[in-house]
Amino acid sequence: MGYILNEEQNSLVDMVKEFMTNEVKPHVSEFDISGEFPRELYEKAFEMGLHCLDIPEEFGGGGVDYLTAAAIYEEMAKVDAGFSTGLCATSLALKPVLIAGTPEQKKLFSDIIVPGAFGAFCLTEPDAGSDAGSVRTTAIREGDEYVINGGKCFITNGGVSDVYVVFASTDKSKGLKGLTAFIVERSRAGITVGKEENKMGIRLSNTTEVIFEDVRIPVTNLLGKEGDGFKIAMKTLDLSRPFVGAIAVGIAQRAIDESIKYSKERITFGKPIAKFQAIQFILADMDIETEAARQTVVHAIQLILANKPYSREAAIAKCFAGDVAVKVALNAIQVLGGYGYSRDYPVEKLLRDAKIFQIFEGTNQIQRVIIAGQLLK
Amino acid sequence: MNILVCVKQVPDTTEIKIDPITNTLIRAGVPSIVNPFDAYALDLAVRIKETNGGSITVLAMGPEQAKSALKECLSVGADKAILVSDRAFGGSDTLATSYILSTTIKAIEKKTEKFDLILCGKQAIDGDTGQVGPEIAEHLGYSQVTYAEDITVDGEILRVIRENDDRHEIIETQIPAVITVIKTAYEPRYATIKSKMAANKVQIPTMTSGDLDIDLERTGLKGSPTKVKKTFVPQLKKSGIIIKGETGSVSAFKLISLLSDARLI
Repeated sequence: MGYILNEEQNSLVDMVKEFMTNEVKPHVSEFDISGEFPRELYEKAFEMGLHCLDIPEEFGGGGVDYLTAAAIYEEMAKVDAGFSTGLCATSLALKPVLIAGTPEQKKLFSDIIVPGAFGAFCLTEPDAGSDAGSVRTTAIREGDEYVINGGKCFITNGGVSDVYVVFASTDKSKGLKGLTAFIVERSRAGITVGKEENKMGIRLSNTTEVIFEDVRIPVTNLLGKEGDGFKIAMKTLDLSRPFVGAIAVGIAQRAIDESIKYSKERITFGKPIAKFQAIQFILADMDIETEAARQTVVHAIQLILANKPYSREAAIAKCFAGDVAVKVALNAIQVLGGYGYSRDYPVEKLLRDAKIFQIFEGTNQIQRVIIAGQLLK
Repeated sequence: MNILVCVKQVPDTTEIKIDPITNTLIRAGVPSIVNPFDAYALDLAVRIKETNGGSITVLAMGPEQAKSALKECLSVGADKAILVSDRAFGGSDTLATSYILSTTIKAIEKKTEKFDLILCGKQAIDGDTGQVGPEIAEHLGYSQVTYAEDITVDGEILRVIRENDDRHEIIETQIPAVITVIKTAYEPRYATIKSKMAANKVQIPTMTSGDLDIDLERTGLKGSPTKVKKTFVPQLKKSGIIIKGETGSVSAFKLISLLSDARLI
């Protein structure tokens, strides 16, 4: 099963599994249908510290190692990928701070998140997603402050965060090289939450527009230097991709688990459908692909831990796991037949949840661009 | 309030299967957990500590592996954990077990301070005897209350709500006392990532027969008068459900929704 964890690491994963199964799973269907934000469930997760897994211990976080964190995200995603994404997005916002922040900035961010809060990574705009150089949000320096203006969209945790990491242009003439990263607290004047997306899947996560109008922040909230933004964003996304892959693997694993359960119970022609090779081959293919995807995740994380280059492997992990999640979820629907297509069974949701993993955090086309770029450099 | 909670590591019976030929439990591959009633007892101890202050020690008897159950207890509020383990203790029945545990409690009390309150789960879900708690009280000569649902502390008085089949009793007793705990109204809390990691790092001390003033003739198989003559799986009798609504139509509605939830109509 992919992760080779020691007893202590496993005890963390088991604890999260128990929590997700007992506390979250019974409510997933209800929130998936209503699209309401399950704040109380998230607050229970905050109490356990699941929102700050990888904030270092010195700043009050869990200080969980990356391999265990990935296994935890997979475990959470087996119950609900949206819930896992909501918690992982806080960690995504943390990463630029860990990559480029000063100890004071790490403390600033951690002090907001650790007691129980969300964070959000704000890069995407209506005209700038994959093409980060087209960011229109601006940050103009005035004395000891920056003034931020612009609108971000498709921001995970946008409406519920207490702190944002915002990418804005400090010099439009420089394109990508004019992009700069800032920590922006939700308490600053001028921040409004715009439209909330009514999404196809991951409906237990919150996705909104966030609008910044003359938002003043101190220069001490600047991450790195002016113009470092693109580099920071790319490093962040590189580092985050294996974890997004881990969530996608969780969806695929759930699809397998549900398919096995159903195929043992469903009787046709006098025996369970699991006895038919037609079904067995589908199940085996689902497992082959899911385990392979999990291995790409684990391998990318091992490279990170070994301080080796990992851009290519992180892109492979995210891209492959996203593609596999969609394919395996589709197969699960096929195994369950008409019931798989019904909302009374959990697998149609898995397909709706899986699709976004080919889109967000860099579309799978962009991942292929990254991989090809590494091949051809 | 200085509290001791006795815990047992048990196989997770929700995942256990019985070998249909030998009629014994198939333990291989079954995860181990803290006996759920002991977990309720520990959670009750934590709530008593939160209102009255004090310290919580957890004590388990078992093989080295039982330390993982003790770590679980440390992650949800226990302050100290002790394992008592010895080859000479293997095969102990409830009498021998309670003798070993009470001897260990005396040894701990000799080294540190006395316990005001000793809590046990009402029974372990593997053996289901419910004997060890009361026997510990007898060995120690402490007063005992069984089947407690809640405990409040008033100075040196413990006020216990005790569950009966048809009523609740409120019993007052003085410290020190041994109290066995049923499923309470509170679900035991989850550990946090931080408390779990901290508990994982704790080195749990092991006490052996050498640390105790103990008569080894009274431990293990030798000290266990209980003999298992036969085990069998009782035939399951499916009991029906009685639907008793306020009116006939309420009952009918409940019946329809039950049948519909079960996909029978």
